[in-house]
Amino acid sequence: MWNKLRSLFFRPEISLRFLLVLRRNLLVYSKFWRSSMMFNFIEPMLYLAALGLGLGIYIPEIEGMSYLEFIAPGILVSSTMWATSFECTYGSFIRLQVQKSYHAIITTPVSLDEVVLGDIAFGVFKSILYGSVILLVISMLGLVASPMALLVPLVLLLSGLVFAQLSMIWTSLAPNFEIFAYYFTLFLTPMFLFSGIFFPLENLPLIAQRLAWLTPLFHTVELCRGLVSGQMPTLYLANLLALFIFAVVLFLPPLILMRRRLVQ
Amino acid sequence: MPELPVAGKIITAQNLVKRYNGKAVVDGIDFHVHRGECFGILGPNGAGKTTTVRMIYGLSPISDGELMVLDMDANRCSREIRKQLGVVSQDNNLDPDLTVWENLVMFARYYGLQPAHIREHLQKLLTLMDLANRSHTRVETLSGGMKRRLAIARSLINNPALLILDEPTTGLDPQARHLVWQQLRSIKKQKITILLTTHYLEEATKLCDRLIIMDHGRILDEGTPPELVEKHVGPEVLELGLKEDPARWQESIISRYPKLLKDSWLLGNTLYLYTNHGGKLLQEIQEITPPCQYHLLRATTLEDVFLKLTGKELGATDVE
Repeated sequence: MWNKLRSLFFRPEISLRFLLVLRRNLLVYSKFWRSSMMFNFIEPMLYLAALGLGLGIYIPEIEGMSYLEFIAPGILVSSTMWATSFECTYGSFIRLQVQKSYHAIITTPVSLDEVVLGDIAFGVFKSILYGSVILLVISMLGLVASPMALLVPLVLLLSGLVFAQLSMIWTSLAPNFEIFAYYFTLFLTPMFLFSGIFFPLENLPLIAQRLAWLTPLFHTVELCRGLVSGQMPTLYLANLLALFIFAVVLFLPPLILMRRRLVQ
Repeated sequence: MPELPVAGKIITAQNLVKRYNGKAVVDGIDFHVHRGECFGILGPNGAGKTTTVRMIYGLSPISDGELMVLDMDANRCSREIRKQLGVVSQDNNLDPDLTVWENLVMFARYYGLQPAHIREHLQKLLTLMDLANRSHTRVETLSGGMKRRLAIARSLINNPALLILDEPTTGLDPQARHLVWQQLRSIKKQKITILLTTHYLEEATKLCDRLIIMDHGRILDEGTPPELVEKHVGPEVLELGLKEDPARWQESIISRYPKLLKDSWLLGNTLYLYTNHGGKLLQEIQEITPPCQYHLLRATTLEDVFLKLTGKELGATDVE
């Protein structure tokens, strides 16, 4: 009875030991970063070339920017979303299910909560790293108008956290690899297409605009486009607050669900 | 009120129960592990061995009863307990992308140790496990036996007060298994307390000072390997591979030699005759010429004990 009561209250076991798990992931990553980075870098460049240069010719300007300038920050943000999401779904699932790294680490003083946090921190790391590299590239292409763009990595820290948490929830529930395709196709792809990356949402039905407000990607795109172009959206504080709320609300669920999976 | 831990006892389990969805997988077991001994939990797959071990390192909350590990409550002080544990689990869970050395270094950090300070200790562990010349090899390319030895080296990084070996040689070929046994014996010499689960009787015989035999979540008996053999089956067994009428032959042999037989057991066509007088029994039986494919007089092992206690062969539930 006592045990049952106690199990209703979730008390996360968290210390700085989660950094050890991050460190482990970084050590493995240091062996593969070249190929991994390339893959994550080529795709946004293809989008920029095809849409910005190809399609963009037919679009004179959006919100006072060339089409290329308009989509560049969104492409940057979306590629960090993909990178973090891949890491915290497939990457984490391999560590969890195939390599059994989680099982190994939790026999040491490191707790399962710290292992999950370590993986989430690694997702955040990738968000910042890939975003910064692409930011550097688009600034060399002359697509960055404002020095405020230097604050983009801070936004990517917050958005990376949210995407890592969302992915981790899915990972902790996933019975197999196939299930991740649903997450990508039904959740991430629609978000990618309807979060104001390729066109402003003003002309969409109101319901679509409201839905976009419920996605972390929309707010991230708004903030980053504002920082890169130097024209912050009027509601930028609301965008920032929304990301904060996502990050706070999503903090415990991955920990609880992963415990449910591994601690039985 | 929980009883105070008894001095010199590394693990005390009292009426320990683990239920999954109302079904008891560990069903009220009691045992102690003393400081410095190698204690075995022997049983087929599904007996509750691994669940018991998972409760010890806090990966499986206890449903009922009490489990004290290193004088701490396993349900409440899991992290404190894990600081002093070394665990080699059934699955191979080394980091395949890292080298042998990096695997040890990462684990040292998990225990809060500075790898630079314990370099010599880590090197000694690799030498002990016969992996000294492999330290820069990627784990992925190691053989199964080497991986297992590395997992054992990894479990010794923090000089554990209790080393848990959960089926340490399952899945290894015989040669690799013997090498691992040899190394585990040298670890035993250092007087580390070891908890070993296994379904290999040979392993239990070779390594364990004392053991419990488990099946269906319960303890069937407890003792040293020779004690258990002596108690349940005696020193020798005569195996007869009968061609026909095994039950009738069993009956007739039992009634004919009541004094020579300690017990008997029929499994399929094989009749096991447990005895204290093997030579004499064999001689007598050869005179009545039962229709045998083969006969074999051999020393009894834990396998015979297990066969008798559970009514089945260990191999029968073996799903390697």
